Amino acid sequence: MDAIILQTLNGLDKGSAYALIALGLTLIFGTLGVVNFAHGALFMLGAFCAVTVSKLFQLSHKASEATGVDFMGQPKFEDVLYVKEWFGNDLGAWLIDWSVPLSILFAIPIMIGIGFIMERGLIKHFYKRPHADQILVTFGLAIVLQEVVKYFYGANPIPTPSPMAFRGSFDFGVMLGFDPNVIIYPYWRMVYFAFSLTLVGGVFAFLQFTTFGMVVRAGMADRETVGLLGINIDKRFTIMFGIAAAVAGLAGVMYTPINSPNYHMGMDFLVLSFVVVVVGGMGSLPGAVLAGFMLGILESFASLNEVKDIIPGIDQIIIYVVAIIILLTRPRGLMGRKGVMEE
Amino acid sequence: MSNSRFTRRGLLKTSAVGTAGLAMPMFFTSQANAFTNEPTGSTVTLGFNVPQSGPYADEGADELRAFQLAVEHLNGEGDGGMLSTFSSKTLDGTGILGKKVQFVTGDTQTKSDAARASAQSMIQKDGAVMISGGSSSGVAVAVQALCQEAGVIFMAGLTHSNDTTGKDKKANGFRHFFNAYMSAAALAPVLAQLYGTDRKVYSLTADYTWGWTQQESIKAATEAMGWTTINDVRTPLAATDFSSYIAPVLNSGADVLVLNHYGGNMVNSLTNAVQFGLRDKQVNGKNFEIVVPLYSELMAKGAGKNIAGIVGSQNWDWKLENEKGARYTGTNAFVQSFGAKYGFPPSQAAQTCYAQTLLYADAVNRGKSFNPCSVVEALEGFEFDGLGNGPTLYRKDDHQCFKDVVVVRGKENPENEFDLVEIVEVTPADKVTYAPDNPMFAGGDLGACNPGA
Amino acid sequence: MLGLNRRDFAMLLLVAALALFAPFILNPFPTASGLSQFNAGYPDLMQRFVIFGIFAIGFNILFGLTGYLSFGHAAFLGVGSYSAVWMFKLLSMNVLPALVLSVVIAGLFALLIGYVSLRRSGIYFSILTLAFAQMSFNLAYSVLTPITNGETGLQLALDDPRILDAANTAGSVPVTSLFGLEMRSAVTLDLAGWSFTFSVGYYLCALIMLVAFYISVRLFRSPFGMMLRAIKTNQQRVNYTGLNSRPYTLAAFVISGMYAGLAGGLLACMDPLAGADRMQWTASGEVVLMTILGGAGTLIGPVLGAGFIKYFENIFSKINDSILHQWFSFLPDWMENLLVNIFYPFVGKGWHLTLGILFMLVVIFLPGGLVQGGQKIARKLGFGKKSNSDTPAE
Repeated sequence: MDAIILQTLNGLDKGSAYALIALGLTLIFGTLGVVNFAHGALFMLGAFCAVTVSKLFQLSHKASEATGVDFMGQPKFEDVLYVKEWFGNDLGAWLIDWSVPLSILFAIPIMIGIGFIMERGLIKHFYKRPHADQILVTFGLAIVLQEVVKYFYGANPIPTPSPMAFRGSFDFGVMLGFDPNVIIYPYWRMVYFAFSLTLVGGVFAFLQFTTFGMVVRAGMADRETVGLLGINIDKRFTIMFGIAAAVAGLAGVMYTPINSPNYHMGMDFLVLSFVVVVVGGMGSLPGAVLAGFMLGILESFASLNEVKDIIPGIDQIIIYVVAIIILLTRPRGLMGRKGVMEE
Repeated sequence: MSNSRFTRRGLLKTSAVGTAGLAMPMFFTSQANAFTNEPTGSTVTLGFNVPQSGPYADEGADELRAFQLAVEHLNGEGDGGMLSTFSSKTLDGTGILGKKVQFVTGDTQTKSDAARASAQSMIQKDGAVMISGGSSSGVAVAVQALCQEAGVIFMAGLTHSNDTTGKDKKANGFRHFFNAYMSAAALAPVLAQLYGTDRKVYSLTADYTWGWTQQESIKAATEAMGWTTINDVRTPLAATDFSSYIAPVLNSGADVLVLNHYGGNMVNSLTNAVQFGLRDKQVNGKNFEIVVPLYSELMAKGAGKNIAGIVGSQNWDWKLENEKGARYTGTNAFVQSFGAKYGFPPSQAAQTCYAQTLLYADAVNRGKSFNPCSVVEALEGFEFDGLGNGPTLYRKDDHQCFKDVVVVRGKENPENEFDLVEIVEVTPADKVTYAPDNPMFAGGDLGACNPGA
Repeated sequence: MLGLNRRDFAMLLLVAALALFAPFILNPFPTASGLSQFNAGYPDLMQRFVIFGIFAIGFNILFGLTGYLSFGHAAFLGVGSYSAVWMFKLLSMNVLPALVLSVVIAGLFALLIGYVSLRRSGIYFSILTLAFAQMSFNLAYSVLTPITNGETGLQLALDDPRILDAANTAGSVPVTSLFGLEMRSAVTLDLAGWSFTFSVGYYLCALIMLVAFYISVRLFRSPFGMMLRAIKTNQQRVNYTGLNSRPYTLAAFVISGMYAGLAGGLLACMDPLAGADRMQWTASGEVVLMTILGGAGTLIGPVLGAGFIKYFENIFSKINDSILHQWFSFLPDWMENLLVNIFYPFVGKGWHLTLGILFMLVVIFLPGGLVQGGQKIARKLGFGKKSNSDTPAE
């Protein structure tokens, strides 16, 4: 019983990451019809926004007086952090500690900006090109973005811990009447779960309840008619692209304390996010979110030894097995719209 | 045909005729050399095949730095590094056998296929007589087999799997780095001392050959001193989030978690484990502990504060001579010349690559030939000292180096990003030595050395 | 001739000539010169050019003709390699049975995956193939280790049975051969500073590539090819005419899988090791990129694309800073350093960056891939009328 609760919790958390990434992708891929292989790179860029902010907070200069000697026998100078000099020790330390949540403020404008530039400068010209060309150009872009990050930050993962307040884990088990330590869950992962629910809800509400969202939804369904009504749908699509980039980026920012970011983390998530979107069904936002949570939970359960004893190696392939079963039993994924990317 | 004065156009025509016939054997020099890529000019080319893209790119970059330094020292540039401390005195800064050392580099991408393609190009195009480097066992085994077939020497870089000098050993391949068995043998007594002899282990193991050999080794070594392994869970190599593997650990009754992961896997699984607060828990009345049998400086850097207090093993550490005395002579000489050139201390991968290059050069000098068979003969059973690891033996039976193993622990308060671990203990070589027919290494055959040609 | 029209026959001859003289064409710079770094005329890389050429030609039969974008073709390449190596281990070092088995096994595997995946179209088909290939990769890496030897890759050992071959006493692993003709044997021609290597393995690969190319030309021009194009243009209309399109697409899928298996088998023949990496999605993605980069739906495009990517992977990745310094050493020091600093991010460990930029440039400026670039140049130079048979797909 406790194992089931525990893996459900895990699955919800994993799933929230999948759902967030898939949500951003499906905005571009499922609705604008662009096969965006650079989506993983956007996720990665978001994570590196957090890295950049924490590096900025840790900018330092050498102290004027030497303290001891370094490994070469040369005099060593302590690093003095600018933030601590400028804002005082307490506030400086607090800023460094909270650098990940704070970088959300930094990441939103940056990611929206990147989304705009990407759409206006590149993707716009590819709406009418074959999907194959879209794959090639966005894959090229993903490699370029990745290599640029590698050039500045190296290939090694960079630790970006969560604020002190969220380290450690919460004992759910005690609440539910189990022994202590049976069902524990890290605070930061709960934050991530709540954050992604908020973000998913926000995007849905935005599309559902605003005029802008209504126009965009209309544009997805029938771009030409909306254009004929005198509405500048192109501009709205650019904004949608910016929003999608921001969603991907924020997913990346908040993910950094869970796993240290590195330059190729985008590629690791790329295939998975496509699988999630397609399993959810092309053109369906709820489908992508649902598929994300479903695959997350199933993956968590598959990692139990009890399950692996029955089907060896199931945790290696569970996502793909489920994807195949769903696509074979439901022709358009869980909630796919007819005619989107089916030709 | 070297004095012909053909124009390029004319040459194409003539050769076209030549190829069409293939009946003019005098045109062709069909490998008249005594062995593959016999250096005939005033230079000799070495091939350094390291990961330059993918997750291990930074480790590869550090290996490359060490190779460049070694080449400088062999050619008599720079301060000479370990040449002066190396027990064999044949290296005098005049290259190898009087030939100036040149090198070519390639990218393994940490994929067997790409690594072999890159090594092939060094052998076929650049005429390399020795290939070195690499930072994973899969790549090392694949490239080692290639070098065996092509008839060049392979001096392995960072490869830790038992198989490299176990079931996949090759006559032309040599490993200076230690292996999973040695890690386990070195760690076990230290773990017993630190955490007692009554512990229950839960281990997570990367689901591929290196992970399996390490898990097997650790299990055998820790159970021999009284620990019990209550569960071992295999994790997919591609996994990035280990929460679903870590969550059940506390409830299993185990009080030690062993992470048989390397690289990004290890950084993520350790980060996840610390997130779950495992290190703050008490189980069976003892502090819960995490052990990572093998981790590198770069992995420690990637794990950040989470590495504090985590025990693991290393092939070498740059503080060795300062802390453990003159037995590890050579260490400081190397650290000084590396630090002077690059501004930070070298990693264990850098040290093993540097040492391998020197060992190869010295073996050629002692055997007075670049012929792989002469090198093999010179290295087999070779005992040396002064390369930073203390007295070392290159065993004849499996081409594995036997030397002291360093047991380290992540520092609580590191002073800078290069000083992340402290040396707990150095386990002497005889404690980690095993018989060549140890079952964990059985099943392979060195075969005969292959000079190619 | 050979059942081809004049244009196609000329192209076949061109490909044959390119393949025959590749050792010369790819080695334009004298060995001692600084530019010899750009020479690609050594056996291993030439073999890779033609082998991946075969892989891409096969992929193009599916993608170029039917428009079905498979994202799991590397699985067939991997299966082909594994079968070939098993043949070397169990039966004989002769490459012929190995190649036959790799084609057959890959074909059967493709039949299975194709039968299931082709029930869906568009992106749903792509994800199905991707899922199958990723499953194969993950299992080959872990659970199937007894068959695939996991991370290390399947390789030959001294004590393999090899029932058809004479007992091995040499103390080293035997080499692959075609009835005694060793694949790795080569002759070198030294001419006035140039050095050209002709290897048996390369010419075997080149010959097989020519046959593969010929078959693909015939397929493109056949009624079957016409049918596939019709399916690509409008599958619904084809169905309405009362034709069942599934057998046609399945046939194309299997043929293209067999090409991939052949390529995988050849890889193993040239270098008897089969690693799981060959089945990863990145490998599947690579052949997609090769085909699009060269020009999907064209005959020669995929081969060019394959050569392009493999060239960068093997040549650009080997240019390190000391080579750059060597090149620019004639300049004043500050300028040498400046130029090295400018170029260094794009070569050596930065070769991916150059490749990414080129992907983007090609697709932005040459929508029809490299083939279109070639046509543009040809037209500028005044050759040939506007091509009609080679119009890029889509």
